[in-house]
Amino acid sequence: MTPGVRRRVNVLMSGLAAVAAGLVILPLLLIFGFLLWQGASAVNVDFFTHLPKPVGEVGGGMANAIVGSLILIALAAALGLPLGILGGVYLAESRDRHIPWLARFLADVLNGVPSIVIGIFAYTVMVLPMRRFSALAGAFALAVIMLPIVMRTSEELVRLVPASLREAALALGIPEWKVLLRVVLPAARAGIVTGAMVAIARVAGETAPLLFTAFGNRFWHQGLDQPIAALPLQIFAYAIAPYDDWHRQAWAGALVLIGLVFVVSLAARMATSGRFTGVR
Amino acid sequence: MSVVAAIPQSAERAAPKNIGDRALRIVLKAAALAIVLLVLAMAFEMVRTSVPSMRTFGWSFLVTSTWDPVAERFGAIPFVYGTLVSSFLALLIAVPLGLGAAIYLAELAPARIRPPIAFLVELVAAVPSVIYGLWGIFVLAPLLRTWVQPALGKTLGYLPLFQGPPYGVGMLAAGIILAIMVVPYITAVSREVLLAVPNTQREAALALGATRWETTRIAVLRYGRSGLVGAILLGLGRALGETMAVTMVIGNRPEVAISLFAPGYTMASVIANEFTEATSEIYLSALIEIGLLLFVLTIVVNALARLLVWSVGGPVKTVRE
Repeated sequence: MTPGVRRRVNVLMSGLAAVAAGLVILPLLLIFGFLLWQGASAVNVDFFTHLPKPVGEVGGGMANAIVGSLILIALAAALGLPLGILGGVYLAESRDRHIPWLARFLADVLNGVPSIVIGIFAYTVMVLPMRRFSALAGAFALAVIMLPIVMRTSEELVRLVPASLREAALALGIPEWKVLLRVVLPAARAGIVTGAMVAIARVAGETAPLLFTAFGNRFWHQGLDQPIAALPLQIFAYAIAPYDDWHRQAWAGALVLIGLVFVVSLAARMATSGRFTGVR
Repeated sequence: MSVVAAIPQSAERAAPKNIGDRALRIVLKAAALAIVLLVLAMAFEMVRTSVPSMRTFGWSFLVTSTWDPVAERFGAIPFVYGTLVSSFLALLIAVPLGLGAAIYLAELAPARIRPPIAFLVELVAAVPSVIYGLWGIFVLAPLLRTWVQPALGKTLGYLPLFQGPPYGVGMLAAGIILAIMVVPYITAVSREVLLAVPNTQREAALALGATRWETTRIAVLRYGRSGLVGAILLGLGRALGETMAVTMVIGNRPEVAISLFAPGYTMASVIANEFTEATSEIYLSALIEIGLLLFVLTIVVNALARLLVWSVGGPVKTVRE
């Protein structure tokens, strides 16, 4: 091939790659634009403070679903974060040959298991024995989804803590557990917070595993052993219902949900930028 | 990663005398083993609860296509078919786009615009499934119904793939929504694979006078081939199990139809739609057996994908940036 042809092929392929990158991002802009256009008008004070109105009545809000989602996320985080972080520390620190490999592998595999299957699992171990749908079952399902994400990101970030820090502390005769709690974890804190937020952003929008665990509820929450409302569930229910007013509220709910997810994702990104990007 | 290896091995191997250290090791190990336990428990529970269905239907569950909750006769074929076809359709669209975007992000884009674009791709992946579904119902499906499907029917209508009335919702809509949803995963993982390719590969090709694209094609893509296949498989795994968005746009009819315009059903959506309505034990068990099929399928796909991705960069991310 002549140099001219090669140069033109180079320009063509670079252009195609750039177009592909544009097309990957395009849906984000389209969807966000539509959410703003359709949903912004329905996001008002009522939306955040009122319960859903009975079928046929216009108005009402999703306050219960927002509170429900926050409760579910908090519970799931309380269950999944500590376990995930500790597991991640183990993966980063252990020099055992087989267990870390297996745990890492299974964490990645679990991360790929569809969330609806995790919902079934939560149903069989929580809902069946308790004989009712409950906030606890929903939170359990979400915690299982969070676990592998938190574990793998914590591992990565604990690994980034410079060995010299740890060596200095150990050389002073400080026991390992204290070195871990007082030196290694604080040094990796920003990164671990990021991992936690990424996991929270992921489960905040999960719908499928809540369908038959948290189940949804049109009222305020009535205890952790009772069905509870969640924002994604409410959006789903309203989206497939045949009422225009519900569709409007579904758009509004989606706008609030996507706002929440984006803010958390952005915060996660900010928490590590500057501190660790240089090391990576 | 030499960070850890720098710690003297002998000090590490000795059993810790301090009781706090011993406790710490046990706690950490237990936390890591929890994930092993969880996956095993999941497999056990799914098998246990689908036993009634396995007993009643045996292998015929996998090869029959009747889905009749009233007569309590269940076969998984329409759902397996719907899952495979919609996922395949999604990959058909998502693979070229995802690989192209990854190549752009890792090799060709100006360094300054890489991080913001990579972050936007992450956001595409962060949009909740139910929101894609909402958009699919109210924007994509009407668009397909009024413009795309009539046009396809007119030009390619002689193919059985593009025949039948344009409903909007159906296999085509599901494939497109799935493509949008899995493309950021394929992009992100492929980009990581490409970034894990050693720089010496690029330098060698560039030194021989190759253009950027030739360098990418000859020295980078070929080196990272198996990792890229892994990235595509990861995308496939996502597509197979994606639930909400597909449920909202596929039409939910348990039939095997050749036409992409026709409504279909997937394994994940039948579980989402019918699980809480399953009144009899055998009905519920049949649904769980579908979940078990999905579980096994995604585990195989993901395990394969991980091993392939790891074969390039190793199990621990070491990204140059």
